[in-house]
Order: sequence, then structure tokens, then C-alpha cells
Amino acid sequence: MKLDNLYEISGSALNAQMVRLNTIASNLANISSAGSTPEEAYRPVKPVFSAIYKQAVGENKGAALVQVDDVLEMPPSAKNKRYEPDNPLADQEGYVFYPDINVMQEMADMLSATRSYQSSMEVMVSAKKLQQRLLSLGE
Amino acid sequence: MAISFESALGVHPQALAFRGVRAEVIAGNLANIDTPGFKARDVEFKTILNGQLSGDSTTDGRHLEMPATEQNNSMLYRIPFHQTTDGNSVELGVEQASFSQNAMDFQTSLIFLRKKLGSLEQAIKGGR
Repeated sequence: MKLDNLYEISGSALNAQMVRLNTIASNLANISSAGSTPEEAYRPVKPVFSAIYKQAVGENKGAALVQVDDVLEMPPSAKNKRYEPDNPLADQEGYVFYPDINVMQEMADMLSATRSYQSSMEVMVSAKKLQQRLLSLGE
Repeated sequence: MAISFESALGVHPQALAFRGVRAEVIAGNLANIDTPGFKARDVEFKTILNGQLSGDSTTDGRHLEMPATEQNNSMLYRIPFHQTTDGNSVELGVEQASFSQNAMDFQTSLIFLRKKLGSLEQAIKGGR
């Protein structure tokens, strides 16, 4: 009986969701980190998740862990260009480039990450209960 | 009359092992709820139970039985209620419900085992 794998699987999910929450916090915090060119402005980051299946003999091949493959920087975008001649960062024509971050999207992403984190946490709590009951068998 | 622990405990030890395997698979689904292209999977109790009861997993009594995890033909893909654009077929409510149901079934098997062990203990002690 290897309920220990449950902790490994849920732990990988907690880790992945925490990376995601970190990127969201970083994006929201740097919403006003402007630059004189699109390249100089803050570039929003997004994590990339993928599933890993256990390959060893005797392991449960149906159980999948999640891993963070990469944290990608979005390409520079000139979409959020503002005319602010007084800004010390303004270019020759008086424009400042702000990062292209959609606050609504980030907030929705944050809620989704929180929910996923919670559900994996509940799996862990449940696994703990099952294991405790299994240990007390025969008492 | 001899007491055989194997036959006294019945199908419950295997059922417990199966519940452990299923818990892992569902935990894997929940872990990959945001992984693009991930397909939710589940194991079917009926397939494994039939294999265990008919004893077709071993051709000789001395052979070791194949653990339930190795029977990959019993691993099925879940059919989602809704399609997603990223190809992920994990649905939070469905998986959470399956996980709780599996946890309850695990506890049921445990209670059965506890009762069986209790009666064995009584038989050994001779009712004293």
C-alpha cells in the first residue's frame, strides 16, 4: 500500500500552482513598470505546465505528476503606449510604453490557481486521514 | 476446521489496494487540472474485481499475482461533460466527487477488514 505517492502527486501540484501564483503576483506588481521602448518595459511572465507519468516497474502508471516546464516571458508589445511627455522615461516623441497586462485576466487566473491549490491540499488532508485509519487497523 | 486468513479476509485486502491505486490516479487528475492537453483517467473496479475473483491473473497457484497497477487495460479515459480549448478533460467537481467517493469506499473496506480481524481474534481466543 503506497499512499505516499499521493503526497508526491499533490505536492507537485502545490508547487506548480505556487509558481503560477508567483508569476501572477509579479505581473500585477509590475503593471506600471514602463520603459522608453517596448523592450525596456516589464514583460509579463507565464508558466508552462506538463504532466509526467511514472515509468518505473511496479509504479502506478496512471498517476501523473505535474511539473513546471518553463516560465516564459511574453514578447514585447507596443499596444499599451501612452503620451506622457512629462515622464522621465518618455522617448523623443513623448511616448511611454507600459506592459500589456490585463488585470481582469490576471485576477481570474489567480482565482483558478487558488482553487487548484485548495483541491490538492484537500487531497493531502484526505490521504493523511486514510493513512491514519489504515495504521490503526487491528487495534 | 482450519482457519485460513486468506479466505477469512475475503476480497477486502485487494479492494483496499485498488482504492489506493484509484486515489493516486484521481490525485494525478487533480494535480494536472491546469495542464494543457491532459486527459483525465480513471480505473474501473469491475474489471479488476472480475480478474481477481475468476483467478485468471495466475495460471498456477504458486505464481505471484500481478498487482492491480500493472493491469493497464483497466485504465480508462474519462468522457468530459464540456470541451475545453486547451484539450484538458479534467473537471474539478467530477474529480473531487470521485475522490471523496473513493475515500469513503476505502474506509468501508477498512471497516470490513477490522470486523473480520475482530472475528478471527475471537475465534483464536475461543470466545473468551
